[in-house]
Amino acid sequence: MAFRGAVITFPGSNCDRDMAVALEKVSGEKALRVWHGDVDLPDRLDFIAIPGGFSYGDYLRCGAIASRSPVMRAVIDAAGRGIPVLGVCNGFQVLTESGLLPGALMRNAQLTFTCRTVPLTVENNQSLFTAGYDAGQTIAIPVAHHDGNFFADDETLNRIEGEGRVAFRYTDEVNGSQRSIAGVLNETGTVLGMMPHPERAIEPELGGSDGRALFESAVRGLVTA
Amino acid sequence: MKVRVYVSLKPGVLDPQGRAVHHALEGLGFAGVADVRVGRFIEMDVADDTTDDALDEMCRKLLANMVIENYRIEKLEAA
Repeated sequence: MAFRGAVITFPGSNCDRDMAVALEKVSGEKALRVWHGDVDLPDRLDFIAIPGGFSYGDYLRCGAIASRSPVMRAVIDAAGRGIPVLGVCNGFQVLTESGLLPGALMRNAQLTFTCRTVPLTVENNQSLFTAGYDAGQTIAIPVAHHDGNFFADDETLNRIEGEGRVAFRYTDEVNGSQRSIAGVLNETGTVLGMMPHPERAIEPELGGSDGRALFESAVRGLVTA
Repeated sequence: MKVRVYVSLKPGVLDPQGRAVHHALEGLGFAGVADVRVGRFIEMDVADDTTDDALDEMCRKLLANMVIENYRIEKLEAA
């Protein structure tokens, strides 16, 4: 069956098109575009992506307002049914604010907006999203954020590390994140949030293609499943 | 009824913003500042019969992020 992926757009999302292009490149199928005010998601979705940007102008806290929008109720519901959800950058912030992922993303420790390509270490290559990588592999993915400083209390950090839920770590210091965490999975491994932008690294012409394997393994895993 | 909500970072949560403000205060020559924490202050005008439980829920569901923040509610006399 043809792959059906959806990209959610909030007012202020700005990586939604890039995310749709990434999904379309690897799946060969048009990505469905969903507006934040929609109460229902399209039928028979295989994959939901929450893109980067500055939803609602980052008012209150990054991702706070978006995570309470009508469509997010449907996304939380879908995630509960096991439909994979990927949140990148602001999408990661939306996922932590919605409670689908643990922790919170705070202002970068150096207080500056950081926009550059950084090395990441693949910690867990057993998930739907990361099966295309080798464990311990270093990949280069761009970051572009002001609030990517991952925080959770020690108990939570120990738990997610113990459960293998750290998908990616920064190889170098980037933003002050606790234990250099760059990407986190939920309990079932079907929801991934990450600050770096894999959708910006899917073609050599974009400066790198290390992000492509994330979309390829997700699409392949879903279509052959 | 006017309600004030004070949202602050939990103790132990690093506050890079507070640290920068602290640094700037020192740069201006203000001595004796031991620590600075930056929080958020929200003022609301709500119906007089709004219950404490409802106010609490507003804080927990939206105004504060309970992973990193605490909140305190202050109710002012109706005008």
